[in-house]
Amino acid sequence: MKYTGAEILIKTLLDEGVDTIFGYPGGAVIDIYNALYDYQDQIKHIRPSHEQGGVHAADGYARSTGKTGVCIATSGPGATNMITGIATAYMDSIPLVCITGNVASHLIGKDAFQEIDIYGVTMSVTKHNFMVSDVAKLQDTVRKAFSIANSGRKSPVLIDVQKDVMQSMYEYEPKPSLPLAQLPQFEQSEIEKLAEYINNANKPIIYAGGGVNSSNAGKELRELMNKASIPAVNTIMTIGVLGELDQLNLGMVGMHGKNSSNFAIENSDLVIALGTRFSDRVALNTKHFAPDAKIIQVDIDASEMNKNVIVDYAVVGDVKEVLTALLPLIETKNRQAWLDNIAEFKKEDYQAPCCEEQIKPHQLISYVVNELGEDLIVVTDVGQHQMWSAQYCARTKPRTFLTSGGLGTMGFGFGAAIGAKVGNPDKPVVLFTGDGSFTMNMNELKTAVDSKIKTTTIILNNHTLGMVRQWQNLLYNKRFSQTDINHSFDYVKLAEAFGAKGYSCKTVNEFKAAFIDSQKQDGPVIIEVLIDQDELVLPMIPAGGTVEDIIME
Amino acid sequence: MKKMRVLSILVKNNAGTLTRVAGLFARRGYNIDTLTVSATKDHRFSKITLTAELDDIMLGQLMSQTAKLQEVVSIEELFDHNSVLREILLIKVAVTHECRSKLIEIANIYKGVVVDLSRESMIIELTGKPQKIDAFINVIDNFNIVNFCRTGVTAVQR
Repeated sequence: MKYTGAEILIKTLLDEGVDTIFGYPGGAVIDIYNALYDYQDQIKHIRPSHEQGGVHAADGYARSTGKTGVCIATSGPGATNMITGIATAYMDSIPLVCITGNVASHLIGKDAFQEIDIYGVTMSVTKHNFMVSDVAKLQDTVRKAFSIANSGRKSPVLIDVQKDVMQSMYEYEPKPSLPLAQLPQFEQSEIEKLAEYINNANKPIIYAGGGVNSSNAGKELRELMNKASIPAVNTIMTIGVLGELDQLNLGMVGMHGKNSSNFAIENSDLVIALGTRFSDRVALNTKHFAPDAKIIQVDIDASEMNKNVIVDYAVVGDVKEVLTALLPLIETKNRQAWLDNIAEFKKEDYQAPCCEEQIKPHQLISYVVNELGEDLIVVTDVGQHQMWSAQYCARTKPRTFLTSGGLGTMGFGFGAAIGAKVGNPDKPVVLFTGDGSFTMNMNELKTAVDSKIKTTTIILNNHTLGMVRQWQNLLYNKRFSQTDINHSFDYVKLAEAFGAKGYSCKTVNEFKAAFIDSQKQDGPVIIEVLIDQDELVLPMIPAGGTVEDIIME
Repeated sequence: MKKMRVLSILVKNNAGTLTRVAGLFARRGYNIDTLTVSATKDHRFSKITLTAELDDIMLGQLMSQTAKLQEVVSIEELFDHNSVLREILLIKVAVTHECRSKLIEIANIYKGVVVDLSRESMIIELTGKPQKIDAFINVIDNFNIVNFCRTGVTAVQR
């Protein structure tokens, strides 16, 4: 039977299992919305205030559920507004399918109203993108997009559809999803070589990255750690994969990681890098990263090998598959001397002081995560609050800590929190943000109110762009250029103006009271917490530094 | 150590594929020296042949990054010993009556062909390995070269 391109698009999305779309209508996608009108009972549609927020929402949905996030925007500005969102997902390997309308084919290249070459523009922030100018190719293009987004290293894919394609009629028959591309194959000899490195190491350390999360390899990772008594450190992308309660898990590594994690890497004789890219926030100084260690690496993406740090041996493969093959070859060991060393390192971990009169970031974060338990999904924006959240969120389950790790997108949080709540209606979702990040995309508060999405936003207000100020404070001679905000913003009134409930507090008791009351509300809530302007994220190793350069106060 | 590499990339013959490959080189900070694109026996695919100055680490990075592109079917490095590498030179030289025959004599040694001749200038066409082209340009360097154009390397494995 024949349908319009717009109907074929919606039907193919349904074939791919899509039940939620984050999108914004406009001239070039009006046909999609016209078709969507008939499918309101099958597809939940969330309209953000701005397309960037829409993509962040699809991203938060994907990060928290493991499904593919789907978003729609119109041509021109709608499409360009998506770019920061797409780039955020791209840098963190999150699967998205982004659909943009474009002007009709006879107007392409004519600088028509709201025409932009989004295909060209997004080439470097997507794994692949398509321009559809023939309705006959629409269905298969959508199917390919889902397969590409989820094959191997996951990533966003964009489909740009010309307006007349959506209006043309073509045959449609339901088709199953395309299979995912085969995972990279490895030889048993490669696994034996990995095992040899591990079995011969006295002081091995696992350095686990986001790839462990994407391949759902938490269980296999834990087996490896426990069987061979190998401690692990995690990146910001792996928070929750290893729990706080895993004895052998030291916690986050890198610029604001734990001292014990950084000391463990520094003193190890073997670094086992799993699904991670040795980013410059972890391998701060690539020449002195793990100076006495051999480095072995497992990653699904061959181009991660020797990209940032030269490794001694690498296997290209899915972390879960490689670990499954590796485990039988790993010798059971207790490595007591090394674990005793690690115990000593732990004694040097930073202990944040508490204060009752003006609440400290770690106090409020710890309080919230204790109150809401292990199902709580913690979302962050970017800056100091992000690092405090990473340090104190104490997540024990995968996909419960959502943050823009690679791109570091201020303004990511509110959209992502909306997406997380839509994808997990039964779980509490808390966004920790700063006054800088929050004001970047606070328009999405309107989305949360309109769509009745219950999120708790906690703004750590220090009246400054805290992370930049921290660098100015420690590294730029206290020359606080353009960082202090000092606006007399009333967050309570702001929340009320949007139709939400707002709170403002400073002391521990005020915060607790506000938080308890906020959880009784039906809709989204905003809690402003006044914190000290000079509060620092500690410990800190400056960019390019080593453990020799740790700043503790 | 950096050296000249010849890469042969088989790609799907779709609009925008060249942009993807060239764009990848640009954003990863690698400079392409020469680039040719041509049809292949199978019209669904095209062959990109390019040369760039790369060390071993850069080469590994670039090959694995390129291989990730959805439109790329395969990428391999070509070597002098297992491939025939050729490029074409068109070079325009200002000549006087006195030096004309001397230039033709040198061109003949290199199996170059005079494809255009006027009273003031001539254009010589030369096909060969890049090294041969380099050598020819070097030998006639003391003539008054007006300009030249090289096609860049194209190559087929033996």
